[in-house]
Amino acid sequence: MSTVAVLVESRDGSVTQPTFEALTLARTLGTPVAVWIGAAPAPAEAARLGIHGAEEVRVVDAGDAARLPAAAAAALGAATADADVVLVISTFVNKEIVTRLALATGAGVVVDASDAEMVDGHVETLQTVFAATWNVRTRIATDKAIVGIRPNTTQASPGETPGAATLVEVAADLPETRELVTGVEPVPAPDGVPLAEAPVVVSGGRGTNGDYTLVRELAELLGGAVGASRDATDEGWISHEHMVGQTGTTVTPALYVACGISGAVHHRGGMQASGTIVAVNIDPDAPIFEIADFGVVGDLGDVIPQAIARIKEVRGS
Amino acid sequence: MRILVTVKFVPDLQSQRSFTDGAVTRTGDDGTMNELDENAVEAALQLREAAGEGEVYALTVGGDDAVAAVRKALQLGVDHALHVADASVAGSDVFGTAKVLAAAVRKVHDEAPLDLVITGMAALDGLTSMLPTALAAELDWSQLTLASGLTIDGATATVVRNLPDAHETVSAPLPAVVSVTDEANTPRYPNFKLIMAARSKPVTTWTLEDLGVDAATVGAAAARTVVVDASPRPPRENRTVVTDTGEGGAALADFLIERGLA
Repeated sequence: MSTVAVLVESRDGSVTQPTFEALTLARTLGTPVAVWIGAAPAPAEAARLGIHGAEEVRVVDAGDAARLPAAAAAALGAATADADVVLVISTFVNKEIVTRLALATGAGVVVDASDAEMVDGHVETLQTVFAATWNVRTRIATDKAIVGIRPNTTQASPGETPGAATLVEVAADLPETRELVTGVEPVPAPDGVPLAEAPVVVSGGRGTNGDYTLVRELAELLGGAVGASRDATDEGWISHEHMVGQTGTTVTPALYVACGISGAVHHRGGMQASGTIVAVNIDPDAPIFEIADFGVVGDLGDVIPQAIARIKEVRGS
Repeated sequence: MRILVTVKFVPDLQSQRSFTDGAVTRTGDDGTMNELDENAVEAALQLREAAGEGEVYALTVGGDDAVAAVRKALQLGVDHALHVADASVAGSDVFGTAKVLAAAVRKVHDEAPLDLVITGMAALDGLTSMLPTALAAELDWSQLTLASGLTIDGATATVVRNLPDAHETVSAPLPAVVSVTDEANTPRYPNFKLIMAARSKPVTTWTLEDLGVDAATVGAAAARTVVVDASPRPPRENRTVVTDTGEGGAALADFLIERGLA
């Protein structure tokens, strides 16, 4: 049975949902172990990792140095020497870490995967490319495989035989680094569920004219996160953390609602793999309608309030 | 200030992009310089202009058509164009590509020391974002990646990294590999004078032998990953677009409710 190490992501000490998704996927590939980089997790968090199948929680307390990719890769490497597969959440930072780990170990890497399975003893992954217009299956030819998995691509579930989640401390020999982190300004955690992990995303673009009131109201009603197009973040209407697109956050929610977004290829690349896509735009020729399951050509100020009222009415009855 | 910018030849975003035999189809007809590399070229040009002296190189790896990427960089104002063209490179994974790029960087660096290698944050065909890190590791230079701001003070480079959880400031000694995001600057458009001048500028072409790279260590045979299948995703079926004549919002709500999404 293969050992599958999952790099845990946490926010304010709590394990994130994509980590549980990755552990769920890891169970289909072999025996999961969790790798926690930082001071030891609270017992409740370690227990949650166990419930999702982690047999062990390997703790590497690398301190502040772990902000640097080379140091984080050394920490991850120390905890995954025996692992056949290393699974991480596909973030920009983790892609840097696994690149270093791959160079150190000779492992093959696929990032931005939406699925992974064992085929004849090798890991094969699925990805969507070209703004999610193509499906690609890749085989990792090396014995050791590293996979970056996108959030929201596996339904997280508890394991049938929850692991004991034994805490194991791992010492790491961190490399000397030339880089020095001289400033860290924390970004406040978003209200509600983070964009990349949200089951519903409601996004606003140029058509909002900078007023996100309706977008936020609909997002709240649907239990979703608020997204934006590049146009809107460039205008300064909303912060960069909200940008959905190839250079911002890539999302794959069950429902994506595009409000006043034309649907340029850069934006589509960040959301086209969503489950159901709904679009409202005043311009009937907006490219977003080419990929929308349901589109309304109309004014946001008319359409969204009516939709909100209707949903409330049906829920209330 | 001596800076080398790596640029990638990719299919135009607006074209019908596809795969052939497990690799991205790249042809001269609809290929161009990766859009995010324009930010890298811009960052290099701004540093050269601020310093009032210096040279900027553009480097690409790929088949004959890939020369279009460095030609575009010349049009934007870089001084020298370098093209590693060798059939053995085809099918390389990110590690093979980094090895070839690193060898070419070293060749330039050995002639006269470089201060910086600047790259884009990702290529819009593959989007893995792994190359800058792999290149920094291959060169064993400082790594300052995902920079939305870059300043040089003497022999030290400082970048700002806007990560989801924090905005970091990171400093490191030169030489460094820096990748810049699309927030870093607004790329210039090529002007007529530069376009005309670019036509007569030479492009230096190198083979793996020129770089001292063993062909067996790169290319498809050395790649750690293999594309086993690539196919276009089927278009969405049963799409509906309605025009709002007073009931559009209600129709939208009903659609969501029917699908169990609201």
